[in-house]
Amino acid sequence: MSNRLQGAIIGIGELKPVRYSEGKTTLGLIAEATRLAIQDAGISKEEIDGLLVGPQVGETPQHVPATVSEYLGINPTMSNTVDLGGATGPGMIWRAAAAIQAGMCETVVCVLANKNEKGEALRSPNRNPIREFDVPFGASGANTSYALLKRQHMEKHGSTQEEFAEIAYWARKNAQLNPNAIFYGKPLEVKDILQSPVISDPLHLLEIVMPVAGGAAVVVTSEEKAKKSNKKPVYLKGAGEKITHRAVSQAPDIDALPFSYSIPHALKQAETYIEDIDLLSLYDCYTSVVATTLESTGLCKPGEFGEFVKNHSFGHDGDYPLNTHGGQLGFGQADLAGGMSHVVEAVVQLRGDGGNRQIPNAKQALVTGNGATLSETTALVLGGER
Amino acid sequence: MSSLQNISLPGPTITPVSKPFWDSVAAGKLSIQQCNSCQEWVFYPREHCPHCLSDDLTWKEASGSGSLKTWSVIHRAGHPAWQDRTPYVVGIVELEEGPSLLTHLLVKEEDLAYKMKVKVSFEVIENHTLPFFTKEETQ
Ligand SMILES: [Zn+2]
Repeated sequence: MSNRLQGAIIGIGELKPVRYSEGKTTLGLIAEATRLAIQDAGISKEEIDGLLVGPQVGETPQHVPATVSEYLGINPTMSNTVDLGGATGPGMIWRAAAAIQAGMCETVVCVLANKNEKGEALRSPNRNPIREFDVPFGASGANTSYALLKRQHMEKHGSTQEEFAEIAYWARKNAQLNPNAIFYGKPLEVKDILQSPVISDPLHLLEIVMPVAGGAAVVVTSEEKAKKSNKKPVYLKGAGEKITHRAVSQAPDIDALPFSYSIPHALKQAETYIEDIDLLSLYDCYTSVVATTLESTGLCKPGEFGEFVKNHSFGHDGDYPLNTHGGQLGFGQADLAGGMSHVVEAVVQLRGDGGNRQIPNAKQALVTGNGATLSETTALVLGGER
Repeated sequence: MSSLQNISLPGPTITPVSKPFWDSVAAGKLSIQQCNSCQEWVFYPREHCPHCLSDDLTWKEASGSGSLKTWSVIHRAGHPAWQDRTPYVVGIVELEEGPSLLTHLLVKEEDLAYKMKVKVSFEVIENHTLPFFTKEETQ
């Protein structure tokens, strides 16, 4: 049996992020992203026979696929909730392909969306054991968890604040070529990042993603059906996934985080090398995530991302194009849909639809997703050719 | 933010499985579980050993000493009730027995150092006792 993944992306739909949504429902945003994606694919909704959704935390805790199917008026023969935090988007893509290969369906919509209302209460009241063993000590929320990982990197490897700030700088710089980005028209210098308020030391405000409302949907189908599509198909060539922990206190060493498995696995499955990747579409909720992700790609050794970012350029015309849509740091993070933005940008680039931010001759992209605190990791290799 | 002053600090959400841990902490001792099957130490409290899945775990008093793996000085608290106490320090301590836990550090910012030796220090926060950690003084 061949373990080569077979599946192709023929449609993408993405909502322009807004800081706050008003009077919107998550279901409505899901439907809007789906409508855009099937329109882009040139198919009717009757052709959708697979549905992958994310957990709608605090809204519809159970029966999410049925609720979404009913809303969309579809009757899928395969549906599921993928629950991998920020890795959910990429995690959906290979699951869709696997379900198609298993003969359960042919055309899958993978959709994530999130409303963001002003003054909305914190969600997920019960996060045990984190609630019991982290929160009483004054550690609540992702900022602290990622600050702990950044501090560990700085202490173990001697990495500097300037090196981390370079990552946020490039995200903002790339966002200046994407009118949909939340920080379009708002470039930053490294010094602005370093002078921004310290939220959870050593993390500055401008190293942290901005929560927004938005959504994204991707249509995955069989290679046979993709050949008949009016859009240039983008093929799934390889995937890798690994989960190691939930609470940051239980994380493995900074040099043994799970991307060190999932990224090499995706490259191997795609029978390619990191040197042959034209776009790095790397999950970037915080600067520290990009640092450790780069170190897991093989482009630099553990502890050496700083040297790497100083010596290379990361725009669409640079030697290592990275998050050409601005990343989530520049584009905004619509909760779980933020992770899907990295898939969407890879499709845009591999189709050659990048306009003024098009990477010349882009053939392959590495897409990553990260959930919890570098706990749930997924990597995909996407290609414009089979 | 006067409207937040009446929010109390969130205490531990104790379960029957974790109760021995919190009972020992209230008595000024740090107890964690050890697996009788593979002898590994286990934290956080649970019914099964994550190393061998045995359900034969025994509560034992730990040394209370460990080393600091990482820390963060919090300026903007994730929970509003903690905001009045900023800046404060949280960190991850690797206990001598092996497991790591997240804790609150009673260490001055300038004294924080990677892999520094720390020891448990029981503090009463509102109505509950918590195992914070402080610098271990060397003779
Ligand atoms: Zn055991």
